[in-house]
Amino acid sequence: MTGPLFKNTVLPLALFAALALVPAYADVFDDRFVLLFFTRILVFAIVAISLDFILGLGAMVSFGHAAYIGFGAYAVAILSEHDIWEAWISFPLAVAAGGLFALLTGAISLKTRGVYFIMITLAFGQMAYFTATSLSVYGGDDGLTMWGRSELFSTGIFNGDTSFYYLVFGVLAAAYLLLRTFAASRFGRVLKGAKQSEPRLEAMGVDPYRYRLAAYVIAGMIASVAGALMANQAEFVSPAYMSWHRSGELIVMVILGGLGSLHGAILGTIAYMVLEEVLSGYSEHWRLVFGPLLILVVLYGRGGLMGLISGQIGRKSQGEVDQ
Amino acid sequence: MSVTLLAVQTLNGLQLGILLFLIAAGLTLVFGVMDFINLAHGVQYMLGAYLAVACYQLTGSFWLAIILALAAALICGLLLEFLVFRHLYNRDHLDQVLATFGVILFLNEAVKVLWGAAPLSLPVPELLDGSIQLMANFAYPVFRIALIVTGLAVAVLLYVLVTKTRVGMLVRAGATNPDMVAALGINIRRLFMLVFGFGAMLAGFAGIMAAPILSVEPGMGDNLLILAFVVIVIGGIGSIRGAFLAALIIGLVDTLGRSFATDIARVLLPPATANDVGPAIASMLIYILMAGVLFFRPSGLFPVRSA
Repeated sequence: MTGPLFKNTVLPLALFAALALVPAYADVFDDRFVLLFFTRILVFAIVAISLDFILGLGAMVSFGHAAYIGFGAYAVAILSEHDIWEAWISFPLAVAAGGLFALLTGAISLKTRGVYFIMITLAFGQMAYFTATSLSVYGGDDGLTMWGRSELFSTGIFNGDTSFYYLVFGVLAAAYLLLRTFAASRFGRVLKGAKQSEPRLEAMGVDPYRYRLAAYVIAGMIASVAGALMANQAEFVSPAYMSWHRSGELIVMVILGGLGSLHGAILGTIAYMVLEEVLSGYSEHWRLVFGPLLILVVLYGRGGLMGLISGQIGRKSQGEVDQ
Repeated sequence: MSVTLLAVQTLNGLQLGILLFLIAAGLTLVFGVMDFINLAHGVQYMLGAYLAVACYQLTGSFWLAIILALAAALICGLLLEFLVFRHLYNRDHLDQVLATFGVILFLNEAVKVLWGAAPLSLPVPELLDGSIQLMANFAYPVFRIALIVTGLAVAVLLYVLVTKTRVGMLVRAGATNPDMVAALGINIRRLFMLVFGFGAMLAGFAGIMAAPILSVEPGMGDNLLILAFVVIVIGGIGSIRGAFLAALIIGLVDTLGRSFATDIARVLLPPATANDVGPAIASMLIYILMAGVLFFRPSGLFPVRSA
């Protein structure tokens, strides 16, 4: 059960099948909360897999990834403020805005490495955040309430709880397949190679910079789509969407799931948000349990949840990963 | 933009810079020597402030509280090192980020449980109460001046410690090439623990010094942690000199920016726009500065490791 077939095919299929059944479960047990909660989880899962694509595959630890949620969310909300509700206008604009920001900031950030990269992406994320707080026409610090949701050719797909869930589910599945295809292609192999040894790639005549930048832009665009969905889900946007706390949380979700597999990031998002929800139901001081739990996962569960699932627990695999 | 205001804000900026340096010094040493990303360094600052308040409530004496809180901060740091951090030195950075994030969540909440979520404060001691007349119609609180002076003294002490003593030499060597230091027969584990405890104490000291002028509340270390990271990245990781310079620059730029950005924006923009843009630009200033520095010098102003 622990072979690569299970890890890379059976597990993601089972995961997506289970997620597809959530609305049915909500119907049978008349549990609207679960449906809405999982809609939110899936939106975050889209952001998480886009982050895993650059972080897990290419070792680009972006500490400003929440900014792209903001670009997507604000694009939708600002257009709605001007009475433009059509998703065919707002979503491409959201993607273009996020992609352009990723291109400009990525071109600069990718000149640096390691912690310097983490910090410069944080810097750009903070700039986006403070720009949003200064948009006083669009709510500034307080954020902007949307008086409705986007429309798709004037249909109500965004409005029904179940239809919106399946829309988000569809976007997640599409993003997952797209990123998996990229990861398996030459493009993905260059990213993985650059993570291991840049000089070797350069010696082969491949310049990793362009590939990294392309990956960075793709991740930004996908996170922007998630942001556009998030604005619709909450019918509200605010600068808090882009705060560095949010970026940190995203990194935690991805590491918690296990790096590089993409569906690990989905698992990590589900685990993080469900755990948060369950624990906070017991006590307002749930972080007292959640914090040590994270530490234990790091100390004893190498490779996150994906590592636990595939049985690489404890010290046995430590040497392989480190050296 | 009067001269008095400029002088006050410059002193305030200096004071923020000193606080930042005290936090960043430990962070940059821990990072430089151990290659360890300690996100929990900010909560150690918070812990220092809370411990000072608690010790003050216990003893009623500010000076006794400082000494007790310093010792307690050192013990807390060593305890954290023993329980969590020492198991992470050989892990990659992301594991360290995740685990220390867990420590942040835990300690922020623990402080809330122990002392409540409401902000606390530490009274300024009688000896340092009141203000000094520095110029005609310009008085500045004595405690803040004491803070600046003490911070500068600690900076000098640290400089001597790192550049003139044997331990300091080992620390510098460790920041440049830890494997070589270990190969030469130095107990690198004990050096790590020493650096770590010392860094925790410095952060705690910053917290104690900040307690009388800032409100002591859960999460007070989070934003300062980010600023401290900005400082060590601009200064060059592992460099005390870089951290000192960058801390003062960041302190001054941030404080002066916040007080004057709107005024400057008004010169160029219509007043209504300037009122929106000014604060945003002021908040962004240090990040713009960091991005600029990293663009031209990708390893900071004073790179230690020539990697």
